[in-house]
Amino acid sequence: MLIFGERINGMFTDIGNALRNKDPKPIQHWAVKQQEGGAHYLDVNSGPAIPTEERVEAYEWMVNVIQEVSDLPLVLDSTNYNAIEAGLKVCKRPAIINSCPAEQVKIERVFPMAIQYNAGVIGLTMDKKGIPKDSENRVAFAMELVAAADEYGLRMEDLFIDPLILPVNVAQEHAPEVLESLRQVKMLADPAPRTVLGLSNVSQKSPDRNLINRTYLAMAIACGLDAAIMDANDDDLVDVAATAQILLNKSIYADSYLKVFRSR
Amino acid sequence: MSVALVKERYTSKVGEVVLGATSEQGGTRTSTITVGGDSALPFLHFEGELKNRPVIAMEVNDIVPAWSESIMSQFGDVLNNPAVWAKKCVEEFKADLIYLKLNGADPDGENRSPEDCARIVKEVLAAVGVPLIVVGCENDEKNNEIMAVIAEAATGENLLLGLAEQDNYKSITAAAMVHKHTIIARSPLDINICKQLNILINEMGLPLNKIVIDPMIGGLGFGIEYAYSIMERARLGSLANDKMLSMPMICTVGYESNRCKEANTSAEEFPGWGDLQDRGVLWEAMTASAMLQAGASVLIMRNPAAVRLVQKNIADMMSK
Repeated sequence: MLIFGERINGMFTDIGNALRNKDPKPIQHWAVKQQEGGAHYLDVNSGPAIPTEERVEAYEWMVNVIQEVSDLPLVLDSTNYNAIEAGLKVCKRPAIINSCPAEQVKIERVFPMAIQYNAGVIGLTMDKKGIPKDSENRVAFAMELVAAADEYGLRMEDLFIDPLILPVNVAQEHAPEVLESLRQVKMLADPAPRTVLGLSNVSQKSPDRNLINRTYLAMAIACGLDAAIMDANDDDLVDVAATAQILLNKSIYADSYLKVFRSR
Repeated sequence: MSVALVKERYTSKVGEVVLGATSEQGGTRTSTITVGGDSALPFLHFEGELKNRPVIAMEVNDIVPAWSESIMSQFGDVLNNPAVWAKKCVEEFKADLIYLKLNGADPDGENRSPEDCARIVKEVLAAVGVPLIVVGCENDEKNNEIMAVIAEAATGENLLLGLAEQDNYKSITAAAMVHKHTIIARSPLDINICKQLNILINEMGLPLNKIVIDPMIGGLGFGIEYAYSIMERARLGSLANDKMLSMPMICTVGYESNRCKEANTSAEEFPGWGDLQDRGVLWEAMTASAMLQAGASVLIMRNPAAVRLVQKNIADMMSK
């Protein structure tokens, strides 16, 4: 189970301000803190904090300042592929591109770039028309992404299918569809692509966010979730990830398994 | 028609552990031994690299053991002198290393002092150039006393010291850390305790490449299959990058196989079982080769005739 730390995102006030002021400290603070919490990768997203035309420069800067304090690999999160490419050029370790929907034009831009920079790809089960309501259509999009990986020579373990969870307080019917999609995606190829969720989305604006995140994470892992973009500093949430791995017999139990999950 | 072999790919490998230390490394051994490092299941050369061949440690006791006559007679008159005995094991029987068991430390027996035990260790070190494994008697408290003194007396030799167990690992771990030795972490045929013990030892500050796993085994016919499945699981864990299970494994083959009824009961008593002498050799050799297939890196053996058979088996299995 891989944890992609979500906190370096311009949507958060401190990171947004850091980006506007070119102040590396808050970004570096969260890089170190998330690594300590148990993150295996750091998601990097400028969000709307800086104008589109400055994003290329911003991603290059963010990757550099993070790499000054952390050796974790990065997940470059943007809809601006030039910004992602600028980040990929300076990444010291193979990164993951976040993300690519099942749209031919974007596939043609992203997949060759992934091959060029030895990067992974998070593939979204959606197209221009948006996110499907049911698992069947999510899986159909996943299949297009799997076919693209095959066509461009991206290894299946470098393709992370994200079946897109929506907030439970407004789109409750999606939660079970996403779980079913996780199960189905694992049967699309052998070896199967990996799976990922933007976990915190499930609990947007709910009062019991942490509980919803933890419960859904356990359910999703049981259905085949391999990675989550999530709060790496919610200790109980990280404990759920570690415990689910044990209960699925994916890692051998020892009394100190929680500590071992965080060490590397 | 050609058949394509289905090959497993593993993401990691068994950790490597060095036993002994030469004079450049702070010891007095003429050579060191490296075990582990494999990136596939045992002897599946087509799936990965079997980096270091398994080795045989021959058992030497500080007091004359109560072994069967058919084993004792192969050693002649050396059994009351551990240094000479060890030398014979290395020179005549080609042991890769020596396993020195200090049964004489037992308070219920000879109750040797820690200093006396350390003197014997030094004598054996002086007699042979191969790395040494040193374990105590059956009394934990006494073992902690003697190991502290032995570890200090042999500082820098990188002995393989035993035994660290879940209820008694701190003293020996500390001694190994201070005086630069490696330790045997023993768990009672239990993969979870095995992993936990490695974690606990490592938390004290001893690096993972200074630990060898003793999973405990049963002799052939006496639970060997439990040992096999535990060892296979540990090996698969290490190949899947479970760092806390990735140490090489050591097996007490001589001890376990020679306490089986089949290795000791005469042909007069069970005529169908055949000659005892051959049976005893085969019981130990078969136990050893089963453990090799399960992933053992160090075999502790007793019967020279069995050692010869297993040396040949190792050479055969390692040739591609």
